[in-house]
Amino acid sequence: MSNNTKRVMHETTIPEREVVLSLYKSEDKVYARSVSGFYNQWRWVMVWVTQLFFYGVPWLEWDGRQAMLFDLDGMRFYVFGLIFHPQDLIYLSFLLIVSALSLFLFTAIAGRLWCGYTCPQTVYTEIYMWMEEKIEGDRIARMRLDDSKWNLNKVTRKSLKQFAWIAFGLWTGVTFVGYFVPMRELVPNIMQLQAGGWETFWVFFYGFATYGNAGYMREQVCKYMCPYARFQSAMFDGDTMTVTYDENRGEPRGSRSKKAGENANGLGSCIDCNICVQVCPTGIDIRNGLQYECIGCGACIDACDDVMDKMGYAKGLIKYTTQNGMDNRWNRQQMLARLFRPRVLIYSAILMTMMIGMVVSIYYKPDFRLDVLRDRAVMARYTNDGKIENVYNLKLENESEVERDYDLKVTGLPNLAIHFSDNNIQQIKALKPFEKRNVIVEIQLPDGETRAGSHKILFEMTDIQAKETVKEKSVFIVPSN
Amino acid sequence: MNDFVSGFWPIWISTITLGGIAFCVGLLIFASRVKVTLDSDNTNGHEWDGIKEMNNPLPMWWVGLFIITVIFGLAYLFLFPGLGEYQGKFGWTAVKQYEAEKAKNNEKIAPLYAKYAAMQVEDVAKIPEARDIGKRIFLNNCAACHGSDAKGSRGFPNLTDNDWLYGGSPERIKETITEGRIGMMPPMAAAVGNEEDVKNVANYVLSLSGSIHDSGRANAGKDKFVVCAACHGAEGKGNQMIGAPNLTDNTWLHGQGEAAIIKRIHEGKTNQMPAWEEKFSPEQIHLLTAYVWGLSNK
Repeated sequence: MSNNTKRVMHETTIPEREVVLSLYKSEDKVYARSVSGFYNQWRWVMVWVTQLFFYGVPWLEWDGRQAMLFDLDGMRFYVFGLIFHPQDLIYLSFLLIVSALSLFLFTAIAGRLWCGYTCPQTVYTEIYMWMEEKIEGDRIARMRLDDSKWNLNKVTRKSLKQFAWIAFGLWTGVTFVGYFVPMRELVPNIMQLQAGGWETFWVFFYGFATYGNAGYMREQVCKYMCPYARFQSAMFDGDTMTVTYDENRGEPRGSRSKKAGENANGLGSCIDCNICVQVCPTGIDIRNGLQYECIGCGACIDACDDVMDKMGYAKGLIKYTTQNGMDNRWNRQQMLARLFRPRVLIYSAILMTMMIGMVVSIYYKPDFRLDVLRDRAVMARYTNDGKIENVYNLKLENESEVERDYDLKVTGLPNLAIHFSDNNIQQIKALKPFEKRNVIVEIQLPDGETRAGSHKILFEMTDIQAKETVKEKSVFIVPSN
Repeated sequence: MNDFVSGFWPIWISTITLGGIAFCVGLLIFASRVKVTLDSDNTNGHEWDGIKEMNNPLPMWWVGLFIITVIFGLAYLFLFPGLGEYQGKFGWTAVKQYEAEKAKNNEKIAPLYAKYAAMQVEDVAKIPEARDIGKRIFLNNCAACHGSDAKGSRGFPNLTDNDWLYGGSPERIKETITEGRIGMMPPMAAAVGNEEDVKNVANYVLSLSGSIHDSGRANAGKDKFVVCAACHGAEGKGNQMIGAPNLTDNTWLHGQGEAAIIKRIHEGKTNQMPAWEEKFSPEQIHLLTAYVWGLSNK
């Protein structure tokens, strides 16, 4: 009821036409008109780059195995020459931090670059729209086809499109699973209908997600599902490049004949042809200003530049520019100078630090793993020949793909002697690829060398072939009699 | 649900769960009947501090997902335990799942153990794979007391030498692991005599193994050793039937030297090895026996 009273008050101040609406609404389908131009070309370059990588990499071989394979059962993650294990999770954190910072940096510089050019949602939508256009025709033809009654033409085109979409989706699903199951076994298995239950499930699941998101959900994903679309505004500032309609130049908009000239009848440069709206994949009008739906794809820039060209006007009625650039009528150099602002510099500095840290730490990552577990029940004991003895359980894991031998040194106290159980130093020799061993060592110290108590010692295990050393801390306990 | 003894709580939980779902469905239906009026600038007239609310209707596919979620939720609550004391159509419990997984695993490893169970302990100990299995069982269960290298420490016997309290034959080792052992030496000082007698006996005990001792005291203590001989034997070689240690070798489970021996004569000692038959299957104990036997029989 209070709504109604407010409504009445409102009506009295601004008497306007009212439409009665439901709280729910079937979203209107966006028929994006195809566009060509500079930014569209860049999008297609990114489509090719990302998709050649995605579809191609699972087929590459490296040392007789798949170059990039995430073996979940074996808990080993092959990335070309590198092999990661679950305990290397830190590198995944590194990668995610680097990705997040790159996103922040690019967003601070030029808005939703990721959304417009490389996001899988954009890339697959672009591919699906390309197939749609090839089969159903251009924007007008598609609208007509959807409006028309079902006839042979419509059935043929619609089934063709479904066939193409589904095939592409399934192939995407197969490729995705190919990162987790060896591709060259997976594909023959699928051909012979012998793929495992989970593999089949994920092929169909990922395939369906591609088909549904790129074929039907499209801009709905960006508008309602994507969290990044909502928090990106935190990275925007007045110097962020965004797709902007030059209102000063364009308004008042109005159609006119080509002969009439750019500023005839007091009009601005916008000829109100609406093509910028028709090409928009999210169905918005950029002339209303920056909106959260805008994914920064630049399709409207390409379209408007084309129109301006045909009209014989200067390009750039819609362009990448900054808020400050518009307000202060800066030229390109003045805007570019604002690239060196603290936000960008700080993002870049942190990003560079993280990337260098990641590369260096992966470069120096040893090929094996050592954990030293000190026996706790047996604190310390005397051997029959009067030495103090502590026992350690060394967990040694060869993480490389070749057989390796190791050497052990213990430092921290003078005259520490290593005694392998069973007197068998072979326990740290000839570890097969990925072999794990529990090596029990007794460390001995002559009595009376040092005070009673706990002493810090260091186990230094050296990979003889790779010449890498891992140092693990532990303690040696000398009992007080 | 064992912690919720009162009959009130199952009803409370069911009411909140089902009530929550019913409320959501009601809200969805209610909202579908509400109509909003819209101004030409796409605002709906709601205004707070100069900020106008734009019309932004919920997409229909979202409503669809909402309905699917409600159906899923109800189906889940029907099939699985979620409503108070209702067990669910599938009768799933975490314990049942654990037991099913355990049974599956046991079935998988049974052939492995069965192969070794049919063999003699001595033969099993020669097979590296079998020793590895035994070693893993040992490291996870026995090493806490006997040490990772099985050499023990004060109070925990060394298993790698040939000195056995209860015998080192495969049968005796298996018995020790299965049933455990309780070794008990009573305080003997009163039976031995006065403080001097105790010291003399201690020196006699040291002399048995050729350790450093006072030979005068050892001679004096020899007669008093009679009370010890009941368990440790006239020659001090111990008795594996009752776990009385051999005093003639250089293995000292509870400490070396005169002071440690005097302390034992005064205080006695009760030492226990737990029984493992509850935790391990006979096949596992068979493998563990082979590993332990193999430590001193190479």
